[in-house]
Amino acid sequence: MGSENKEIIRMEGIYKQFPGVQALENVDFQIHEGQIHGIVGENGAGKSTLIKILTGALQPTSGDIFVDGKKVIISDPIVARNLQIGAVYQDLTVARDLTVAENFFLGQIPKSRFGFVSWRKMVKKTAEILKELNIEVRPNMILEKLTAAQKEMVLIAKQYFKKYRVVIFDEPTALLTSKDTEELFRIIKKLKKEGVGIIYISHRIEEVFEICDTVTVLRDGKKIVSIPINETDIDGLISRMVGRNIDDMYSINHQKLTKEVLRVENLSKTGVFKNINFTVKSGEIFGLFGLVNSGTTKIARAIYGSQKFDQGSIYINSKNVRITSPSMAVANSIGFLPEDKKTEGLAIKLSVRHNINLSSYSNISRMGFVNGKLEKKNALQQVKSLNIKTPSIEQIVLNLSGGNQQKIVLAKWLVSQCKIFIFEEPTAGIDVGAKEEIYKILELLIEKGSAIVMISSYLPELIGIADQITVVYEGTQMGTLSRSEFDEKRLLQLATGVT
Amino acid sequence: MTKDKVKKIIAKIKRITGRFHEMNILLVLIVLIISFAIMNNRFIGFGNITNLLRSTSIIGVVAIGMTFVIISGGIDLSVGSVLALSSVIAARLMLAGVPVYLSIIISLATGALAGLIMGVIIYEARVPPFIVTLAGLSVFRGIAMLLTDAKKIIGLPVSFTNFAVVRVFGLPAMAIVWLVLIIIGVIIARFTVFGRNIYAIGSNQEAARLSGINIRTSIYKVYALGGFTSAVAGILMTARLAGGSPSAGVGYELDAIAATVLGGTSLTGGIGGVFGTFFGTMIIATISNGGNIMGINPFVLEIIIGVLIVLAVVFDHLQKRRGI
Repeated sequence: MGSENKEIIRMEGIYKQFPGVQALENVDFQIHEGQIHGIVGENGAGKSTLIKILTGALQPTSGDIFVDGKKVIISDPIVARNLQIGAVYQDLTVARDLTVAENFFLGQIPKSRFGFVSWRKMVKKTAEILKELNIEVRPNMILEKLTAAQKEMVLIAKQYFKKYRVVIFDEPTALLTSKDTEELFRIIKKLKKEGVGIIYISHRIEEVFEICDTVTVLRDGKKIVSIPINETDIDGLISRMVGRNIDDMYSINHQKLTKEVLRVENLSKTGVFKNINFTVKSGEIFGLFGLVNSGTTKIARAIYGSQKFDQGSIYINSKNVRITSPSMAVANSIGFLPEDKKTEGLAIKLSVRHNINLSSYSNISRMGFVNGKLEKKNALQQVKSLNIKTPSIEQIVLNLSGGNQQKIVLAKWLVSQCKIFIFEEPTAGIDVGAKEEIYKILELLIEKGSAIVMISSYLPELIGIADQITVVYEGTQMGTLSRSEFDEKRLLQLATGVT
Repeated sequence: MTKDKVKKIIAKIKRITGRFHEMNILLVLIVLIISFAIMNNRFIGFGNITNLLRSTSIIGVVAIGMTFVIISGGIDLSVGSVLALSSVIAARLMLAGVPVYLSIIISLATGALAGLIMGVIIYEARVPPFIVTLAGLSVFRGIAMLLTDAKKIIGLPVSFTNFAVVRVFGLPAMAIVWLVLIIIGVIIARFTVFGRNIYAIGSNQEAARLSGINIRTSIYKVYALGGFTSAVAGILMTARLAGGSPSAGVGYELDAIAATVLGGTSLTGGIGGVFGTFFGTMIIATISNGGNIMGINPFVLEIIIGVLIVLAVVFDHLQKRRGI
């Protein structure tokens, strides 16, 4: 179905080039009235780039977009809004301290005859919409007080209220329980009935089969296929998502694994992850794989002491340790590279020198006084060996490029005396060249006998460099595969909850 | 000179001065002093300059602690009240016959403890520093008033009150205390692990935490330091007033913040330093002192100082936006 309905949007030959990366290559995409069109693909396949182009957040390098057959240029999000294209993002962009009704009318609050806010009108209209969609939320509830699911429902209702013709859902079920998901699907189907075109992005393959009419597979920025959902199955979809050769980029020297350095036993946190077990040896790169919100980063942060866990034990060099804060983790020679470098890894107002030594000041000081010579030496050495492009080590890191900032966060751990490293998406958001340099650094680390726990949602990378991969799906450890057993399709099945 | 040459020289000066955040503000101070000196020769006299240093030393000492707190990304509104509390505690102990040095030590310890308590609440209960120290402003003033029935305590030993007039090598002892504390402050900020960590926390607390920096002890220490410097100022105030005053230091938090911000320390944390604060304090003092000598209406001077604070911050932002 779907295709016999009227076409709303057609994207033709979309290219998007980022510095060093071809994010989209000749992608065509259509959405019809009353169609639910799923987009699937691995991380980095180009899904969010495509969506951002449609919502005006990004401009395509080349290619055309047609609305009702007429060519349009979506130069910014306001244009998208005027074209009645809306999106429900998972990071819930709302005014949290205001009521549901106020959020509905944000920016266009109705006024009474005397120029005052007409609460009556606002509440009445909001109540009507909520009732029509069968959402059990009162218009005067503060958004912050709602559950994640309710917030999402309210956001969707807002799109409905605004009479958007195309609504984009980006991982809408990531924060929802299965019961809430049913509720969400009910509302999406209601939108469909009203003739709204729906773009549905999800990592959960089963969901795509449950709700979508048509599915488009993206891989490495190219459109692989667009087919009606009843002409394919889960297996077919996954093999289309994968189908890639792993190139030499990942050829690193693996070490002989000997001594156990980190062991995690029955690590659990209610509602987040349960019974996680693994052992990492000296010289090993241990992959922790899961799709968005699978719990891998929570597990890593629990080990690093930056988030609490309920149960389980952690052994370092076979000794049981209790780590309740990052500073204790560092004292136990564990280093941690967070995914979001800018907000969690760097003190961007400070100098390159200061940032590189951030975790090492207790090592290069006596009686609390920093040894300035050693500090300088550390910084100069790292700038040289990692090829960090900066005018001097006194440069404020804010003024450096993303790739160089990334290297500085890595350098911080290289000068520390840590032996165990937890790396969260170390190559996210950087170009191919910088990626290769990062792999070389990892190789260097394991050569020196360090152990690396690497969290990545980019499977080819993990398959390329890890010695073992454990897969987590919704907080459950689905299985651990060693290098000889690596199979991209199998790993992806585990990660999408298919056993 | 050709244009290129000028450019080169400017670039060179920028390279040198760029390493010291405080350079701009020092220039302002120098310009101020020179212009006052030209306009009125009484200003530059030795007597006036040393007087200026002495009268500024109390707020100057408070501003040192404030600088550390602000660099860490916090704020301390309680400084004036802690100053008063330590003043009355020192005075009461001296009156009770406790040796002067011991009275001072206990008073300083009280100030540090007051700061520490606020630091503990800020970190453990995650209450914003603004709120905690606003409460501190109220609570410590209240305690000081209770301890004294809101009356000034007089009759302190002359050996102590003399401190306010004693000169060492011609410089007022009070000014020397201030200058020594500035040097210690600069050393702490630039050359100790604690100092480095305070900058890191102020710049990005989450990154600092994930880098393994112990946020808890750093926050404790920085507020204890703020309380300590307030207490030092309290002692100096007690000597100058020749008595413990529960109403001393009212409004000092704003003066100290003004001096700190004028000195180039960023209210959002991570940037700044004690030298800058010294210059900032001196600029404010110079304007009011020089202005007074020249007979300018003191209210006009207040307006000038206010404008200057805004200009300093605007200038800072402009510079940053250009990425220097």
